[in-house]
Amino acid sequence: MEALYAITTGILTASGVYLTLRGRTFPVVVGLTLLSYAVNLFLFSMGGLTTHGAALVGTNENYADPLPQALVLTAIVIGFAMTAFAIILAMRARGDLGSDSVDGSRTDREDPRENKA
Amino acid sequence: MTLPWIPLLTFLGVFVPALAIRGGRTVCALATATAPAVALGLVLFFYLGHDGDEVMRTSLQWLPAMGLELAFRLDGLSLLFLLLILGIGLLIILYTRYYLSEQDSMSRFYAFLMLFMTAMVGIVTSDNLLLLWGFWELTSISSFLLISFWSHETTARKGARMAMTVTGAGGLALLAGIMLIGKVVGTYDMGTVLESHDLITASPLYPAIIVLVLLGAFTKSAQFPFHFWLPHAMAAPTPVSAYLHSATMVKAGIFLMLRLHPALSGTELWTVIVTLTGLVTMVYGAWFAFLKTDLKGILAFSTISHLGLITSLLGLGNSQAMIAALFHIINHALFKASLFMAAGIIDHEAGTRDVRKLGGLYRLMPITTVLTCIATVSMAGLPPLNGFISKEMFFTEALASQQFGGLAWIVPLLAGLGGLLSVAYSLRLAYATFFRRPRQEPPKTPHEPPWPMRFPVELLVALCIIVGLVPTLPQSPILEDAVRATVSGEMPEFHLALWHGINPALLLSMAVIAGGIVLHLLHRHMMRFNRQFKPQDARYIFEGFVQRLVALCQRLIDRLENGSLQRYMFLLMAVSVLAMALGLADLDMLAGSLGQQALDPIVILGAALLIMGGVLTAALHRYRLISLLMLSVVGLVVALTFARFSAPDLALTQLSVEVVTMILLMLALFFLPQKTPKESSGARVVRDVLIATGFGGAVASLNFAVLTRDLNSISNFFIDQSVPGGGGHNVVNVILVDFRGFDTLGEITVLAIAGLAIFKLLNRLRLFMPATDMEGRLWSNDRHPTLLMVVSQTLLPLALLVSFFIFLRGHNQPGGGFIAGLITAVALILLYMSRGVEWAQQRLDFQFQPIAIAGVALSTFTGLCSWLFGYPFLTSTFDHFHLPLIGDIELASALIFDGGIYLAVVGATLMILANLGKLTTAHRPNKDMP
Repeated sequence: MEALYAITTGILTASGVYLTLRGRTFPVVVGLTLLSYAVNLFLFSMGGLTTHGAALVGTNENYADPLPQALVLTAIVIGFAMTAFAIILAMRARGDLGSDSVDGSRTDREDPRENKA
Repeated sequence: MTLPWIPLLTFLGVFVPALAIRGGRTVCALATATAPAVALGLVLFFYLGHDGDEVMRTSLQWLPAMGLELAFRLDGLSLLFLLLILGIGLLIILYTRYYLSEQDSMSRFYAFLMLFMTAMVGIVTSDNLLLLWGFWELTSISSFLLISFWSHETTARKGARMAMTVTGAGGLALLAGIMLIGKVVGTYDMGTVLESHDLITASPLYPAIIVLVLLGAFTKSAQFPFHFWLPHAMAAPTPVSAYLHSATMVKAGIFLMLRLHPALSGTELWTVIVTLTGLVTMVYGAWFAFLKTDLKGILAFSTISHLGLITSLLGLGNSQAMIAALFHIINHALFKASLFMAAGIIDHEAGTRDVRKLGGLYRLMPITTVLTCIATVSMAGLPPLNGFISKEMFFTEALASQQFGGLAWIVPLLAGLGGLLSVAYSLRLAYATFFRRPRQEPPKTPHEPPWPMRFPVELLVALCIIVGLVPTLPQSPILEDAVRATVSGEMPEFHLALWHGINPALLLSMAVIAGGIVLHLLHRHMMRFNRQFKPQDARYIFEGFVQRLVALCQRLIDRLENGSLQRYMFLLMAVSVLAMALGLADLDMLAGSLGQQALDPIVILGAALLIMGGVLTAALHRYRLISLLMLSVVGLVVALTFARFSAPDLALTQLSVEVVTMILLMLALFFLPQKTPKESSGARVVRDVLIATGFGGAVASLNFAVLTRDLNSISNFFIDQSVPGGGGHNVVNVILVDFRGFDTLGEITVLAIAGLAIFKLLNRLRLFMPATDMEGRLWSNDRHPTLLMVVSQTLLPLALLVSFFIFLRGHNQPGGGFIAGLITAVALILLYMSRGVEWAQQRLDFQFQPIAIAGVALSTFTGLCSWLFGYPFLTSTFDHFHLPLIGDIELASALIFDGGIYLAVVGATLMILANLGKLTTAHRPNKDMP
């Protein structure tokens, strides 16, 4: 099970990294989100993989490690804030520069519908 | 011990002028003079009140781990320099009062001057090498401020910058040298270092130490080839020149060589470098002093020359040479300070300091003429003044020098040449300024300055005469103590006198004087001879060098930081892969000792879904909506993964965050292009796939390595203490709101800040809103489907109730402020979606920013409350209450903290989403609209 878990984390990471290397803002933000999922899974597993062991005192004998859980919990929320900030920054950049290229260059307007507007 | 009071007093003096200037310029000058006067009295009091042999030391701990102490010492060497710094400093303060014009800010000048004085006092009293270095750098900075005092003039700014660059670079070399000394000796304590001569000179690092320390000293003391900053520093007001270049700044380098003399000198390396540099500097400076036409220029190069003289004496290094060096330091300070001030008076009264425009001033300014001439005679080294005595001592040592074997004659030759040139430029200075018939009228008709302005010059000239005629009297005990501090071993015999009988030094002196007179008579021919050389202005060379350096750095930056995020990301990821690969390569084997758990079908299915979702998100990224849908699959399965591996809190959080994230990204996508154009080249794709695969492989290996190794977690503490210490059974929640509450507080603050930043980014943002989807179909007319409206409205109270329940039970069961906040936010957003922003806005007529802020404030306040009861920040408490009908209930202060989290999460999430949603309506976030 551990091997499968590690491979899954690795593939999610790889997909996220690939997307963050793209040249347009939206895929980069999606990639960051995917990467943060992978990182959360990775950090979460630092306490080991426990079955039926929620860290509620008095419910069972073998507790899961609560510390990585607490850290990941806040990481999830902060990750959301980060994603939100990045995507809105991307929107702002598009609004101000007219392009959604990550390098901020004023290039082509890809959306054909925009010419009609 | 009260030694630290000496630098502290002058430092307090920095603030006096700004306060005292209200009382007028004279009051300001007097008030400023108080601090150094008291400090001078204190120095004398200490000195007279203590036993001769003992060095006064005092030290306070500062950064013991780094060997830095606030340690001060007062020995003979410090005393000698303190008297010069404080004494001449007082005279400068008096002189400045009459020198500065009404337009110049006197308080600013005095503040800079006092800062500089503090730095100098600090250097000479430091008993710790690092502390000394700190003051050393402070002199560079404060002298920069002083030299650039007339900052409206380009020459002042450029001169100041050059001085700062050269001495600052030397300061860095000195720091390196000091750190090497610290490494060899094991401490930065001055006393220990001074006693470690054998240890340091035997060390293989010794050559590096010598070169680095001397780089610091030579740049500060304007030794060839680092001398060029000093003439350009003459753009400063004359009191600054008089102070910096007679008694202080340039003497700091000399002081450093003297201070470290017992530890570093006595080797061939030291002698060769220091003596030769000194002699070359001496002749070089004297020659250019002879050719200059600006009074201050002549004095500047003369200063360089005399510093070279002192340096060469330090290089010779025997005890008689040290005595001569120390004695010449006093003499040079006396005559050079008075000459600079006299030059300032002439400039002030005649309106120019160009000797070609001056002449015949002896008729108009007889007293100044007499004073200047006496000081000039001292500078030239003519009898019967102080300059003559120290120069005779210098010649004696030069003639007796046994250095350089068969080339030993080079030392007296260069010494004689320097002396000859000194006589020549001194004669020229006096003759051209005062006695030659004027060739043209000076801009102003000169007259004698006010008496107080002349007084410092009078006093210093009087000292020159007294020291010359009665050399044994006042300075002997001070000199004796200074020698004792710099020469290790037996105290040498010495005798200062004008007349030593006819000896080689006297004969050399006579020859030098005769030669100097001849050279002076040939001045015009020398100038003609010099004219055939192309003039080299150090300023242009230096500025050119600086500009080339800046251009080079700019090119380097342009290459590294070209504005392309894609390149940064590539570099970042590539370096990370490399770092992880290096770490992994160190492992003996990938798999650890722990066995693996058995697979079950559910886990396999989940993993397959995750892998498929992740890969498709990346592969289909050009079709953004599909990619986003794939991402949501990953998010949901991640939530299930958390649930599967015993983390209910995480599963709940992930689930609700997933909903919010998807809504956010869908909304954003509405305003962005629906497809990504195909623009990456094949090579780029291959490169990125390789990087991504490497990264994923490294993470997977790392993850597997950790999972198969034994875990020594610190979590048992939290599990054991959760109920007795935190009053909650849900350990994760207790960690969040109690054990690591400070972290959580920081995190909700970040969340609120992100919300505010987004609110600001959305302000006045105008984006194109497509009327159709990608295939050109119009959006559905039914913007608010009835079914969704009904369901969402029905669900709202239920969702709020659930979130309240989850919030309350969070301390003991899965739940808590984060999750409850997210559920509330999701319910409200559902309302926005089903009914439209306008409808929701009317009913939820309040701003979300204050809610987020209130949440952070509430949590902080809860933490602060524990201070009221004398506990550390964020200490929590809990108790059980018995309520009729309901029964036992437990209330914890952490619940209030959690309430703050709840509010912050609700506020921040809605701030982000509701404001983004408003972009689709006329209610765009806009500052102008109420």
